[in-house]
Amino acid sequence: MAMTITEKILARHAGLDRVRPGDLIEARADMLYANDITMPLAIQQFENTGVGKIFDPDRLAIVLDHYSPNKDIASAQQNKISRDFARKYDLPHFYDVGRAGVAHVLLAEDGFVLPGEIFLGADSHTCNHGAVGCFSTGVGSSDLAAAMATGKLWFRVPESLKFVFKGELRPWVSGKDLVLRIIGDIGVDGARYCAMEFAGPTLRQLTLDERFSVTNMAVEAGGKNGIMEPDDVVLDWLAPRARRKFEPVYSDKDASYAKVYEYDVSKLEPVVSAPSSPGNVIPVRDAGRESVDQVFIGTCTNGRIEDLRQAARVIAGKQVHKHTRMMVIPASPHVYRQALDEGLIRIFHDAGAAVSTSTCGPCIGGHMGVLAAGEVCVSTSSRNFIGRMGHREARIYLSNAAVAAAAAVAGKLVHPEEVAPVGARR
Amino acid sequence: MASAGKAHKVGDHIDTDLIIAGRYLVTSDPAQLAAHLFEDLDPGLRAKIKPGDFVVAGENFGQGSSREHAPLAIVGADVKAIIAKSYARIFYRNAFNNGLPLLECVEASEKIQPGDELRVDITSGKIENLTRGETYQANSIPEFMRNLIAAGGIIEYVKKQIGAR
Repeated sequence: MAMTITEKILARHAGLDRVRPGDLIEARADMLYANDITMPLAIQQFENTGVGKIFDPDRLAIVLDHYSPNKDIASAQQNKISRDFARKYDLPHFYDVGRAGVAHVLLAEDGFVLPGEIFLGADSHTCNHGAVGCFSTGVGSSDLAAAMATGKLWFRVPESLKFVFKGELRPWVSGKDLVLRIIGDIGVDGARYCAMEFAGPTLRQLTLDERFSVTNMAVEAGGKNGIMEPDDVVLDWLAPRARRKFEPVYSDKDASYAKVYEYDVSKLEPVVSAPSSPGNVIPVRDAGRESVDQVFIGTCTNGRIEDLRQAARVIAGKQVHKHTRMMVIPASPHVYRQALDEGLIRIFHDAGAAVSTSTCGPCIGGHMGVLAAGEVCVSTSSRNFIGRMGHREARIYLSNAAVAAAAAVAGKLVHPEEVAPVGARR
Repeated sequence: MASAGKAHKVGDHIDTDLIIAGRYLVTSDPAQLAAHLFEDLDPGLRAKIKPGDFVVAGENFGQGSSREHAPLAIVGADVKAIIAKSYARIFYRNAFNNGLPLLECVEASEKIQPGDELRVDITSGKIENLTRGETYQANSIPEFMRNLIAAGGIIEYVKKQIGAR
């Protein structure tokens, strides 16, 4: 009987010939990870099991990224819990300041994310990794602790929704716009408990960085995982970095989906999620040219090199508006280094933007650019919930990196074509 | 296992940032987290929630982050259960893993008003509205989740698995 890519991966890891949506299964996990916020609770729960041994230390990564570098004494104490644990168990994949980046970007770059595998992370944006064709999903700290002890976890096999993209992308439209458009259409619970499978010829026009932006935001539609079939772009990218051999999995031609959505992307404009829901999606042209106090380019959603390139193309030779502040946070040390080598850091610096070491900081209103009451921020992150980036009366627009950079130059929400240098289009 | 308490109503799509804001995630202590429960949703709500009370929500309660600090903040405020039309999936798992029962009941979510006195039987899913003299029946908790709760949560479940090897 035909299965989707998600069903096949789950079946294989549960030792079953086939699974159906709704089945409860226990599946083997290939890779686990937690961050500085979720790891301390996972450690507590892991120690509570009394197992005293991680099922395979080579399959656990810890990345300090949210409140790192330590923001204050409380976060320093919290981060020390993970640091001490990593030493106690002599963990091979512990990422601290300098080598750490935003985990989802970093762990993919470092070859831990492989087609056909199951990746579990104590962070909701773990769904990010589906762009390479793995089943990757976010869990809580207790579930992660259970998996650390046993190497397994229970799952309900999700129904699959398929999103098929066709047509040529317009200038300044990126992967972020595709996923925001979907969330706007189906709502923030439109894919609740479901697998979101993205397909269609348009994916070939997206860089892998842009594909990650799409799967990264599956959780914003309530999805359990976002996934794409791995093509040669993925396999070429993995060739120098894969940590182990892997076996790609593809959906059967006659696999069944709870629903199939088709998109002609040639009609899509750059969009924003207006305050205060990722599902509140409108073309940036309809955003009323609202004044912008802060622009933030970074995060697991859009802090990759392709995002920095798109932003740099818009802002090169321009200045950040005098009433606006712009923060650029390359999502990993590797992205930072690449941006340095490509001269992008210089472009941002010359434009009057601040560039920081990798951290999730501003995305969760944690540190590095917290918003005041009444302030408006354009952010390339994934969530614009009330209070997400600071004061509960601050307002957040989510966008792609080019729209964010254009807002920094114009000091208001505009289409990138209004400010970008001639010939800079994507 | 029935207990009584007041209902506190919140809306649809209450996200984990509204349950406990990211800026407070520098501790895992339920009591410290509970001090800031629902702060960005309604700064006055926390003071009204007394031990033993219930939170009544609409669709998709707990959307967003995987932070287990969200159910922990609710447990820390000694809320006995959530009643909602539906739940976001990571929150759903996290709540049960932390001993916070989630009841799914559209009728209760719509008919219960703020401040109503409820008596809720977690095991049977029977929700009595003592203020209005109404009774609602929540969907039964899936058998797998009931077994997980009976085992004492995921960690006790793991201990039994390990012990059985």
